[in-house]
Amino acid sequence: MRALQFRRNLPRYGAAMVAASVVPGVGARVGPLRLADVDEPELPGPGWVRIRPRLAGICGSDLSTIDGKSSRYFEPIVSFPFVPGHEIVADSDLGRVVVEPVLSCGPRGIEPPCSFCAAGRTGNCQNIALGELEPGLQIGYCADTGGGWSTAMVAHASQLHVVPEGMSDEAAVMVEPAACAVHAALRPGADQPETVVVMGAGTVGLCTIAAVRRHLRPGTLIASAKHPDQRKLALELGADVVVEPGEVRRAVRRISRSPMVGDSVGEGAGAVFDCVGTAGSVEDALAITQPRGQVVLVGMPGKVAIDLTGLWHKEINLVGAYAYGVEATGERTFDLAFDLARDADLGRLVSATYTLDRYRDAIDHAANAGSRGAVKVVFDLRGERNR
Amino acid sequence: VSRPGFVLEVDRSTPPILFHHGEGFRLERLPAGSRVVYPAEPVAPLKDPDAAIRHALLNPVGDSQPLPSLLHAGMKLTIAMDNQAVPLPPMQRPDNRQRVIEIVLDMAAAAGVDDVELIIAHGLHRRQTEAELRHMVGDRIYDAFAPHGMLTQHDAEDHDNLILVGRTEQGEHVELNKRAVTSDLLIYVNVNLVAMDGGHKSTMTGLTSYRGLKHHHNVSGMQRSRSFMDPPSSELHNSVWRQGRILADAVKIFQIETTVNTDTFPSSFAFLQKREWEWSARDRASYFGVSKSLERVPPRMARSIFHGIKSPQKMTSVQAGEVEAVHKLTLENVHRQHLVSVEGQADVLTMGLPYVGPYNVNSILNPLLVMCLGLGYFFNLYRGKPLVRQGGVVIMSHPTRWEFHPVHHPSYIDFFEQVLTETTHPLEIEKKFEEDFATDPWYIHLYRNSYAYHGVHAFYMWYWGAHALQHVGQVIIVGGEPRAVRRMGFKPASTLRDALEMAEDVVGRNPSITHIHNPPIFIADVT
Repeated sequence: MRALQFRRNLPRYGAAMVAASVVPGVGARVGPLRLADVDEPELPGPGWVRIRPRLAGICGSDLSTIDGKSSRYFEPIVSFPFVPGHEIVADSDLGRVVVEPVLSCGPRGIEPPCSFCAAGRTGNCQNIALGELEPGLQIGYCADTGGGWSTAMVAHASQLHVVPEGMSDEAAVMVEPAACAVHAALRPGADQPETVVVMGAGTVGLCTIAAVRRHLRPGTLIASAKHPDQRKLALELGADVVVEPGEVRRAVRRISRSPMVGDSVGEGAGAVFDCVGTAGSVEDALAITQPRGQVVLVGMPGKVAIDLTGLWHKEINLVGAYAYGVEATGERTFDLAFDLARDADLGRLVSATYTLDRYRDAIDHAANAGSRGAVKVVFDLRGERNR
Repeated sequence: VSRPGFVLEVDRSTPPILFHHGEGFRLERLPAGSRVVYPAEPVAPLKDPDAAIRHALLNPVGDSQPLPSLLHAGMKLTIAMDNQAVPLPPMQRPDNRQRVIEIVLDMAAAAGVDDVELIIAHGLHRRQTEAELRHMVGDRIYDAFAPHGMLTQHDAEDHDNLILVGRTEQGEHVELNKRAVTSDLLIYVNVNLVAMDGGHKSTMTGLTSYRGLKHHHNVSGMQRSRSFMDPPSSELHNSVWRQGRILADAVKIFQIETTVNTDTFPSSFAFLQKREWEWSARDRASYFGVSKSLERVPPRMARSIFHGIKSPQKMTSVQAGEVEAVHKLTLENVHRQHLVSVEGQADVLTMGLPYVGPYNVNSILNPLLVMCLGLGYFFNLYRGKPLVRQGGVVIMSHPTRWEFHPVHHPSYIDFFEQVLTETTHPLEIEKKFEEDFATDPWYIHLYRNSYAYHGVHAFYMWYWGAHALQHVGQVIIVGGEPRAVRRMGFKPASTLRDALEMAEDVVGRNPSITHIHNPPIFIADVT
């Protein structure tokens, strides 16, 4: 089968790191990612099935990996070589399915499951390097499962969600990122903040805007977006006000009509969703969050150096939001994500499709999506040979 | 005798024309056939301004008694004055206000008046620093009054110290500073830089509140003011006059107005007020020396150099007495200096914007102020009809950096970042955002306690250009920072030649061009 494979190759990884610091996305040309003919992965055990990807998205975490920017935190929880791709809509014996890619106790055959998996919080599973599979926090980072950037892969039956009839492949491939956004939007819990800020308007940011509008229903939803198309989509998906990233502090101050205390907004937003994940965005988030408010890190932050004095002084809750599972309401995140993808028409965020042959162009496009007026770039496997 | 202003028709022998360009200048070649409107040379100043002031106070015009007969022991006297928005650049000491007030205070002292307060009538402008106040009123007055709290700056948000005097038949609120209104006599001292200033506008903008201002500082009023530099044709002034008459019925006002000539720049910048073909070798050397030096220094230093300029302009007239009678004479004196006859409108109007306008003394001419200076003030420096035809193009030359003074103009930054991204249409802006900015407690706090313009002031800057925005087909800024220029809905151009080519897309080939060689200031009397 044909697959894009990511091998452990430190010289190439280093080259990607250096080159991509100048030109984002160039890691696909100089790094360890290669298009290859490889054997289809074997079924790891009972309950596993073979599926054939139709569309597979390119995620920000994939780009980090390809460009050599991933945190070393991931080293023990991935296994090489792996086929990237965890935003997947695929054909299966059940029909079209979306994959919930977390490799938690269930898929790993671990009995009894850990307390998190038992509670349905599979995203919190810490057994992701144990069990019947090679290490891998998700499909797309595990040597045993293959990934979405290929013509064939395997998945555990518990990971499959049948795509409702009438839902396009484009909408279906957005279900996984939408699930991340829904999970993040539900992190503030019962508190219903009056003012909410979503920082960043890439795929995660736009999905988060839609999820916050649907689930948190804030009085005012402020979004920061860098590019004109992102601003337009942010408004369409539920933002009330969209500002440029460098203007977010002043915008929150004005809209909350509160004083500035130094560079911090006195009474800012009740909840801030950081979908950028840089030191600057986290510092902005802390500056605009009201005392005892919540900052949710939705974008993968990596290693950043930030001044946490404001967090301490304002008693801000800084929390992460990773993946999905079963929410506090008892509903499965993916079920909520299907609803969101359908109702918010998230399929429109798929801006470009590429064949595997053109993977370098695809990665380049995804790495520069915002400036090129794009949001989600995906591989289209539907026409691949040997599929 | 000073030479009057005139209109030059550019031909092949015309040297390059000087354009102001922020903290710098450009020499530009205009196409043959273009017209350049030059201001009049400075009219002769009063030989003895102090004597002229005394004469005016003793011989008031209109229905007013001489000042000494209005002063008596036990009375409550308030002297209000224009703030540092005029004149521009700030004049060399002594300022007209200092001269006038020192004489008024001598007369008050002679009459035994001991309850005297001075108020800077800065409306919604920022408060002035001690140094700025000292420059304006002189050390003697400052030291005698300020330490005792008797030299104050009007606070338009101090509602305990505002009084609603009444309302006009049109429902316009006349709300003013309580001390001024409850005085036995209110003396107002102005420096009438341009025809827009003075008269009832002095009190009705300088001593009032947002509630009072909003009746004339609005889009509709500005769009119906053709122009606000010509009071009889200005809806802004109509409203202000209605309010002023209500005040004049309630309070005894003694108005003292002064005018200045256009001797605007000190000798080191003498070339700025000469006609290019009359530049001496020294002028040329000065121009090149100054220009080259400015190119080598960072903008911040260049700004500091320019804001250090104190203008040698001199008092040309002083008149005192009843507001409207005084102002009639004042306007005649302003026009004596400023009026230049121009025949017909042009397809394209070009202008070079200097480093300073009324709202950035010792500050930054930020992009909103560039808009206001060009499309508000310079565009409106006409009587009769605009210098550019309906649907024509205005080309302004200015660096237009995306740069704001964070202390002086905080609401401007938000206006620029958050309002103009949604719309540049003045009426939409007014409807959707004005009230919110005007009542924002943080802006109010900064206006009252820091050195910030009021939250709503940024809106007035945009409204000031509303008539021009309605009238012209395109606005191009030469040498402006593209993203700042585009944020305002204008087009950036690198050179004047590029700008003229771009203008042809709107007005057609071989357009007629008029350039206003301003400052020094003039008013075009367009027939």
